[in-house]
Amino acid sequence: MNKVELIMNNSKKALDNGVGIIGYGAYIPKRRIKAETIAEVWGKDGEDIKNGLMIEEKAVPGIDEDTATISVAATQNALLRAKINPREIGAIYVGSESHPYAVKPTATIVGDAINAGHDYTAASTEFACKAGTAAIQMCAGLVKSNYIKYGLAIGADTAQGAPGNALEYSAAAGGAAFIIGSDKREIVAQIEATYSYSSDTPDFWRRSHAMYPSHGGRFTGEPAYVKHVFSATQGLLERTGYKINDFDFAVFHMPNGKFASGMAKKLGIPFEKIAPGFVVKRIGNTYSGSSILGLCATLDVAKPNQLILLTSYGSGAGSDSFVFRTTDKLNEVRNAAPTVEDYIKDKEYVSYAQYAKIKGKLHYGGAQ
Amino acid sequence: MHRTSVPLLWRRFKHHYRLLGNHCKTCKTDYYPPREICPTCRRKGVLEEKEFEKKGTIQTYSIIYAGPVGFDKQTPYAVALIKLDNGPVLVSQIVDAPFDQVKIGAKVTAVFRKIYEDGKEGIIHYGLKWKVV
Ligand SMILES: [Zn+2]
Repeated sequence: MNKVELIMNNSKKALDNGVGIIGYGAYIPKRRIKAETIAEVWGKDGEDIKNGLMIEEKAVPGIDEDTATISVAATQNALLRAKINPREIGAIYVGSESHPYAVKPTATIVGDAINAGHDYTAASTEFACKAGTAAIQMCAGLVKSNYIKYGLAIGADTAQGAPGNALEYSAAAGGAAFIIGSDKREIVAQIEATYSYSSDTPDFWRRSHAMYPSHGGRFTGEPAYVKHVFSATQGLLERTGYKINDFDFAVFHMPNGKFASGMAKKLGIPFEKIAPGFVVKRIGNTYSGSSILGLCATLDVAKPNQLILLTSYGSGAGSDSFVFRTTDKLNEVRNAAPTVEDYIKDKEYVSYAQYAKIKGKLHYGGAQ
Repeated sequence: MHRTSVPLLWRRFKHHYRLLGNHCKTCKTDYYPPREICPTCRRKGVLEEKEFEKKGTIQTYSIIYAGPVGFDKQTPYAVALIKLDNGPVLVSQIVDAPFDQVKIGAKVTAVFRKIYEDGKEGIIHYGLKWKVV
């Protein structure tokens, strides 16, 4: 028996979790701003920044786009692939750190917009950039325990970086939605396993009434991102018995390109395996949408029966790590909605002034 | 200051969020937004809810350079008369398109967007706008 067969048998016995993704959908706003356009305003070298962060440009929301509208757009794409009646959705969780309301759920706006009826539980979740993967875990738990038939998990953000701050080059907008179900005939990617690693680490935060986040500078690297992503991934491998080489693809949260590619290197994963999901270079860090947009982009190219490793990261801090195994059904649904690549290519550049206007960085004189 | 009647807006959510209008079974006329009574048939009219397909064609348009309060920060933007493929004509905003793509006869599809915010503390209005395909 060769190695591939062993893994498959192993997964059938031990890792078939009976739950998976039945539809996935991405959304990325059309506008982009180039790193050098931002760099120019602050007298910085655009090439230096592009090379340092591995971000060439980032997605900027339209003036009429927010986490709710991005969530709806991504969900509509997920529904096109899942082809289910939205009224069969029993839970809607929207993970974001830029919910439009401090009090009032984004999830119910999504529910009404997609005509999900009223027989569902809902909540807006927040865990910096990993609230979307936490939503996937919540839905998987409810589906697996038969409380609901389908769950809708969304991660979306319209991230803000203060003008002149390093985050201004990366903080971007976008999101992804996943419909979780348990019917084998519908699953496009099984959730074979998930494991999380969390600790109270103040690497990045935003207080309730602050417009822009604060971060602990160099503290954001080693004790925060690196420790949590690495520990969650290691923990997942230990618990599943998988070896890092068993995976065909890997996706890590992408606060910038350097962190994610550095993590792949540390874990011994060749860049080719993270390349399909390495969306950060062309759209920036979409926060709660980051790792899961990477997952969507990977599902857009993966073949059936391939293994995908996903590890998210949320400051504060924690990581959710997953093993997904694609099924034959993936090929059937892939073209039912626009791919991540379709969205990345459909773009329009904005100037720094237009960007400042869209993001509300302008002060208007007179009465408001 | 909140300018919106929240209960009034709430009753219209489903019409704003989806393309939910109505249809008079007596004279076979479609309405969007939905009517309380059929203006043609009056008491003989029988209205039922009807959700229209989110596809249409631009009949005519205008570029707005001086928007009303709530829309003044969005200028310039395009507003168009849109004939739905399987429904009536409606007025809405065209988004995500350079103005040279906003043309009479252009095919459009609906997207879910923020319509306007009732000040910094009021409710956020969401609804459909249109995108050239
Ligand atoms: Zn009538």
